[in-house]
Amino acid sequence: MKDVILKAENICKQYRLGLVGTGTISHDLNRWWHSIRGKEDPYLKVGESNDRSIKGSSEYVWALKDINFEVKRGEVLGIIGKNGAGKSTLLKILSKVTGPTTGKIKTKGRIASLLEVGTGFHGEMTGRENVYLNGAILGMTKKEINSKIEEIIEFSGCQRYIDTPVKRYSSGMTVRLAFAVAAFLEPEILVIDEVLAVGDAEFQKKAVGKMQDISKGEGRTVLFVSHNMAAVKNLCDRGLLMEYGQIKFRGEINEVVDEYLKKDGSITFFRDLKDVKRAPQSKSVMRSVTILSEDNEVKTGEDLTLRIHFDKTQLKEITLGYLIKDELGANVCAANTQQHDIKFTVGEKDYIDFELERLPLNPGKYSISLYFGNGTYDVDVIDEATYFQVFWPRDINVIAPQKKWGKLHIATKWNY
Amino acid sequence: MKDEQWLYTISSKKKLIDLNFKEIWRYRDLVLLFVKRDVITLYKQTVLGPLWYLIQPLITSVIFTVIFNGIAEIKVGESINPFLFNLAGITIWNYFSECLKGTSDAFKKNQGIFSKVYFPRVIMPLTTVISALLKFGIQFLIFIGFYIYFSLNGEAGTLALADIWLFPILVILMGMLGLGLGMIISSMTTKYRDLTFLVSFGVQLLMYISAVMYPIGVATEKISNNFPKIAGIINPIIENNPLAGVVETFRYLFLSQGSFSTSRVLITMSVSIVIALIGLIIFNKTEKSFIDTV
Repeated sequence: MKDVILKAENICKQYRLGLVGTGTISHDLNRWWHSIRGKEDPYLKVGESNDRSIKGSSEYVWALKDINFEVKRGEVLGIIGKNGAGKSTLLKILSKVTGPTTGKIKTKGRIASLLEVGTGFHGEMTGRENVYLNGAILGMTKKEINSKIEEIIEFSGCQRYIDTPVKRYSSGMTVRLAFAVAAFLEPEILVIDEVLAVGDAEFQKKAVGKMQDISKGEGRTVLFVSHNMAAVKNLCDRGLLMEYGQIKFRGEINEVVDEYLKKDGSITFFRDLKDVKRAPQSKSVMRSVTILSEDNEVKTGEDLTLRIHFDKTQLKEITLGYLIKDELGANVCAANTQQHDIKFTVGEKDYIDFELERLPLNPGKYSISLYFGNGTYDVDVIDEATYFQVFWPRDINVIAPQKKWGKLHIATKWNY
Repeated sequence: MKDEQWLYTISSKKKLIDLNFKEIWRYRDLVLLFVKRDVITLYKQTVLGPLWYLIQPLITSVIFTVIFNGIAEIKVGESINPFLFNLAGITIWNYFSECLKGTSDAFKKNQGIFSKVYFPRVIMPLTTVISALLKFGIQFLIFIGFYIYFSLNGEAGTLALADIWLFPILVILMGMLGLGLGMIISSMTTKYRDLTFLVSFGVQLLMYISAVMYPIGVATEKISNNFPKIAGIINPIIENNPLAGVVETFRYLFLSQGSFSTSRVLITMSVSIVIALIGLIIFNKTEKSFIDTV
């Protein structure tokens, strides 16, 4: 049994909404008056749960309320949740950037945090000088950096520019150098906010690989916050799902991600397109998109139908198309009516079905972008009109593909 | 599970002074690197570069000499060149104002870093004081250069050899005053931005009551003669102002000019220590919550 390396007890964090400035002196005085009489802070009693969409009556709000959890040595804990669920606040408290209003976090090791890459970089200093400064800010001693400087420079791939001021770097190079410093941190506990989404594809691969080395290979304890479910699933063992400043669900990472995706409002089978963001100059012609599939679950290898409803138009000729992107926003595949030289006019129907046969997509979250044109120019273009989650069919006697196998699953006949 | 050994605790409990010297020591390289950054980046892309270290005190001294000694005819002592007199005051005063100005926006200037990474926040004011000390060292060398030149001409008074050991103490006291006041202001500005406007203006005003361009004795006498009504208010302010105490004592050490009193040194010492402590306490209190208010 591994020992507990980090323990959070009843962490709460209160924020005051609105303008800081008006009325602060009076509240400060009131607080002070209570404290000299040995009473509790009067403003700690008020406050509401942190639901961003509901306008509250109190100007105090609990960004975190009663957070309790434990992390074992060598464990990689993923923290997921919607925007505003309190993930970043929790990370800030863990990394001691801000203190909790009440509660305690106890640890058996040093915490280093990566809420950002390249903190403290100064444009006038050379790459090498910045490596030292940034390393020291992140908690390394000069001796530690000395012993790793060559590795860091090599990992960053900026050997040629290392003695040039950073202001002459491209932004990509700056980020590479910054991540390289962070990658060679060696604390007992590492706290990471979404910093993987930096640099070009090649570097991202390198970064994720390094992250895996850190967590899996070197047995470091890592707390990882991300919206990238693939990365979370890949790196983490256990997870916390946060909602409105509280922990909603905890457990094995796969369960937690499933729970999160269930809650994720963006995955719907019917999506109203009246008020979505459209490409500039688009007329809103498409009204809704519906995903039709068996059991209301999209599965690898099964047929999937997209039904697009649109306003009846006078257009003689219509071109329709779709584009599927993965959760990182990379294009997976696309098709349109023009490429097949299909011409049709609108009859009585106000919808059209796209039937995607034996969907060759591996499990994961995907988006669909829609195109509606009149054969010569664009009429209505919606980027990421709706999202869907692909699951692996449970009744197939095949093991589910791993993330690293890619996005596509081609039904293969093995002739032997 | 009661006997578990926890190494670190993060909590909201605020001790009055929560200085973890071991932790600060662990970050000593960071202090040096920050100082290096300050030095490297300050004069990047300037033509004169580090010459600015010399130009500012020299020109200020010349102007002071023209205005206060030439026009206003303040007597600085028999065998002392007024330029050297002013240079002495400005050299030690600059150290204070550097410390104060540098620390007073410690939180605001470093908001970006502070909101992303933890390290003992007190490192930032420490860095400022060390950078300022470096700058003071250079300016002090210039002063010594002029001192030697003027003493060859017999215009530099005499060195108070018996009391020269007070010199490092004066520098430390000046640093503590600048650091303490700066930390108080920096903590307050996170909530009340008004103070930022006060700083540059306030430092200037402070200089006028801190005996930088006049000896305390001459000033109090003139004020008593010319403005007898307000002398009762202003004279005690000047005489008990710890900054004036440091400046006057500094000049006494090198120029044997002005008064030296043990009581003044003691007042200065106790006030400096109290201010530095208050600064630390307030800074400490602000440290944990400022990210939420800034």
